[in-house]
Amino acid sequence: MRSIVPVLTVVAAIIGLWYAAVIPMNIKEALMQAERAGAEVTPASARDRRDAAALGLVMQNSFAIGATFDQDRPRLPAPHQVMAELWDTTIDKRITSRRSLVFHAWVTLSATSLGFAIGTGLGILLAVGIVHSRVMDLSVMPWAIVSQTIPIIAIAPMIIVVLYSIGVQGLLPKAIISAYLSFFPVVVGMVKGLRSPDAMQLDLLRTYSATKTQSFFKLRLPASMPYLFASLKIGIAASLVGAIVGELPTGAQSGLGARMLTGSYYGQTIQIWSALFAAAIVAAALVGLIGLIQRLTLRRMGVTA
Amino acid sequence: MTVINAQSLDLTFQTADGPIQALKDVNLQINQGDFVSFIGPSGCGKTTFLRVIAALEHPTGGTVTVNGMTPDQARQARAYGYVFQAAGLYPWRTIGGNIRLPLEIMGYPKSEQADRMKNVLQLVDLEGFERKYPWQLSGGMQQRASIARALAFDADILLMDEPFGALDEIVRDHLNEQLLALWARTGKTIGFVTHSISEAVYLSTKIVVMSPRPGRITDVIESPLPKDRPLDIRDTPEFAALAHRVREGLRAGHSYD
Repeated sequence: MRSIVPVLTVVAAIIGLWYAAVIPMNIKEALMQAERAGAEVTPASARDRRDAAALGLVMQNSFAIGATFDQDRPRLPAPHQVMAELWDTTIDKRITSRRSLVFHAWVTLSATSLGFAIGTGLGILLAVGIVHSRVMDLSVMPWAIVSQTIPIIAIAPMIIVVLYSIGVQGLLPKAIISAYLSFFPVVVGMVKGLRSPDAMQLDLLRTYSATKTQSFFKLRLPASMPYLFASLKIGIAASLVGAIVGELPTGAQSGLGARMLTGSYYGQTIQIWSALFAAAIVAAALVGLIGLIQRLTLRRMGVTA
Repeated sequence: MTVINAQSLDLTFQTADGPIQALKDVNLQINQGDFVSFIGPSGCGKTTFLRVIAALEHPTGGTVTVNGMTPDQARQARAYGYVFQAAGLYPWRTIGGNIRLPLEIMGYPKSEQADRMKNVLQLVDLEGFERKYPWQLSGGMQQRASIARALAFDADILLMDEPFGALDEIVRDHLNEQLLALWARTGKTIGFVTHSISEAVYLSTKIVVMSPRPGRITDVIESPLPKDRPLDIRDTPEFAALAHRVREGLRAGHSYD
């Protein structure tokens, strides 16, 4: 519990910086509204204000600072606005409503889970192949690396279009984009983990005339567990990013990505930010869940980590 | 009866810096029940020779037989147990689980696994530790567990590659005593690689002195010491004379450089 103080200090610092940034970001809009409402604003011409430095405007019109925290469509919403929106769209709305973030988060989460399962399975299979076959080691690994250098935002629409043309739509295309991002850390981690037993431990199994299958299940697989879990934590966060990116180019009606996109169409910055926070909360929960499974597994294996 | 027989054994490793002759013209017979120590400086091929017997390396010339078979066949016939320099216990298995490892791989039935595990734990004085994890044991106890693992499937030959090299001298003395007791009780044939002259002299019935570049045998000493050896035998003149001869042998092997 001693760590609570530094954690809260950092959170407080971030929120403080955020509020400080809200003032200059929103001052021009706030002044525009004040002017319309008949207030004296310096400089009086909207044109002059457009070119003026935001901080200067804040100095000259300190009366409008309060209004910057309370815009309908702020450039940068204040933390309390985002929290209010989060509360409104999670707690106050029915979760079946299209305006409920829980509903959208669930849509994204299901694509994430499916994608993570596919990506992890594929990653483990590839790693097993790479460790046992020199041909696969030389042929698959470069492609796995190349696959990650292609921006996902570029390849995601192509995956959607290609799959749509063969009649696949709905959850699966998003899950495949999600798997595309999450298989890579699993491959890298599992290859390292499966190769982690040293020469002596492999020699020991040779003295027992152990088969490759036996060495795999008795030695390589258990030895790779810590590496696997480290990869899974990266993989699940990547899966979520993949699912959200998969929702952007499809005109999807639901999901956190769709929520962010419609928010940006209609200038609903508060909605974008609350969807961002929802995504961050989901990611934290998923990584936490993997961490919990890791602790339970390693404890069952007798390793105190 | 000869258990291990090496005839003009050669082994050359091909490395990036050119060939390295690890063993040159090695001839050695090891009899049933012998305790044979291999001693020599680093690079003299003592570990390599042990690995050739275990079929972990393959000679490039000459022949070696184990129980009259090739090393590969002997391994299939479970002729030997191998103890490495590090205990190398699996951290995710209990001590009992580690000892069961070779038994599981070799397909022993479950009930027999449990019996054998209990027996060998008794042999190395680790009764009651089967549910402990390796990290809960001291280094010396871990190495004893690894010896138990090598004994679990009843191989007649025990090959030990500097098993006590990483332990401090007090623990090492204790383990040497225990190893002799274990050898007396089980009648195994033991091949034992060591850096330590006193360890080699204290334990062995036969001391093989080796020297490097190329790795070869320079002297084979049959120990005149009695089979029953308390620790203070090391203060006797016979022990000192034997140690002296080993030291001379090691020095002779170095005379050219």
